Amino acid sequence: MDAGKFIAIIISTVFINNFILSKFLGLCPFIGVSKETKPAVSMGLAVTFVTTMSSLITWLVYRWLLFPFGITYLRTISFILVIASFVQLVEMVIRKLFPHLYRAFGIYLPLITVNCAVLGVAVLNSQDFFVNGQPVAGSFWLSLAQGFFAGIGYLLAMLLMSGIRERLELQDAPRCLSGVPLAFIVASLMSLAFMGFSGFKF
Amino acid sequence: MKHLLKEFTKGIIIENPTFGLVLGLCPTLAVSTSVRNAIGMGLAATFVLVCSNIIISSVRKVIPDQIRIPCFIVIIATFVTIVEMLMKAYFPALNASLGIFVSLIVVNCIVLGRAEAFACKRPVLPSFFDGLGMGTGFTLALVIIASIREVLGAGKFLGFHLIKGFEPVGVMVLAPGALLTLGLLIGLVNCWHIRKKTNKEIKKAGCDGCR
Repeated sequence: MDAGKFIAIIISTVFINNFILSKFLGLCPFIGVSKETKPAVSMGLAVTFVTTMSSLITWLVYRWLLFPFGITYLRTISFILVIASFVQLVEMVIRKLFPHLYRAFGIYLPLITVNCAVLGVAVLNSQDFFVNGQPVAGSFWLSLAQGFFAGIGYLLAMLLMSGIRERLELQDAPRCLSGVPLAFIVASLMSLAFMGFSGFKF
Repeated sequence: MKHLLKEFTKGIIIENPTFGLVLGLCPTLAVSTSVRNAIGMGLAATFVLVCSNIIISSVRKVIPDQIRIPCFIVIIATFVTIVEMLMKAYFPALNASLGIFVSLIVVNCIVLGRAEAFACKRPVLPSFFDGLGMGTGFTLALVIIASIREVLGAGKFLGFHLIKGFEPVGVMVLAPGALLTLGLLIGLVNCWHIRKKTNKEIKKAGCDGCR
């Protein structure tokens, strides 16, 4: 386990392979919830929390359950079930212990189950950090880092996008382009800007 | 028979999952780099949609209402796993280029959306046609986006070179091109809807409409 690998993962998942702008994971909430900054940030934080925790759980499931019993083809089913029940559990715990936080997250928490970013990071972890089913050195911490920083990249894109869209609301856009189409065109320009980071080489 | 046909055609044009309902965007944008990928993804999603619609509508009276979503997800995930394994065995090249998006059909909002909005309330036959129609609409939308991107971005269509001396706009096959194409296409569809609506208003109001 070396620090260089971690830094490479951080830069790569936040900027170069940003989950929204270059991998197209979790676009529906990105377009749907980015009209105002506050809900966008809550959504980003909720996603960060869930991607981190689900990377941890799915690593354990893959390493200690699917691989020893030779049933890795059940990956999709087991991951989505684990994620769905985890999100449900978190929702119940937060509602009971932190009602204030629960109100802030609102409907975004249950929506996360069907966010491709969460399942995407779990599947990517099992592809990137396992060679023929055997975990590479430090794969647990690498998975955790990829989960956390994928969420941070998501948060960053949500924050930037909602800031731009708040201003766009006041502009006089053509009627047929206002709303969702304009959001896509803005996202396209942002993604063009993020492509500049791909010059970084490690 | 006529209403079955209606269930089939509504998914293609009026309620097209991509342009009309704006659902299932992640795979739409990610795999539309070439027409071949788009057709592969479209067919895989159609298979999952049709099969899960049939199964869900035939067991709809057995599933308790409170836990219906987890049940739907398990049924959908089963068919996705079948597709994954078939693709790995018979189309390894396609499987490699679609990458993780084959397993991500599970969280495609179109499939779960149809299960929740249609299949869990209707009999088997209409659900079958609904799934087929939605799948066809999704495939069609994917192919349209992919053709624009492949022609402009690589100068090819289905792998064949089209125009000699055409300098491809490389950015169209990359991430920004996908977002731009989809944004402009949805804008175009909106434009068509608005024009149709205003035409109707003018016709209804007659000459008084101008005053």
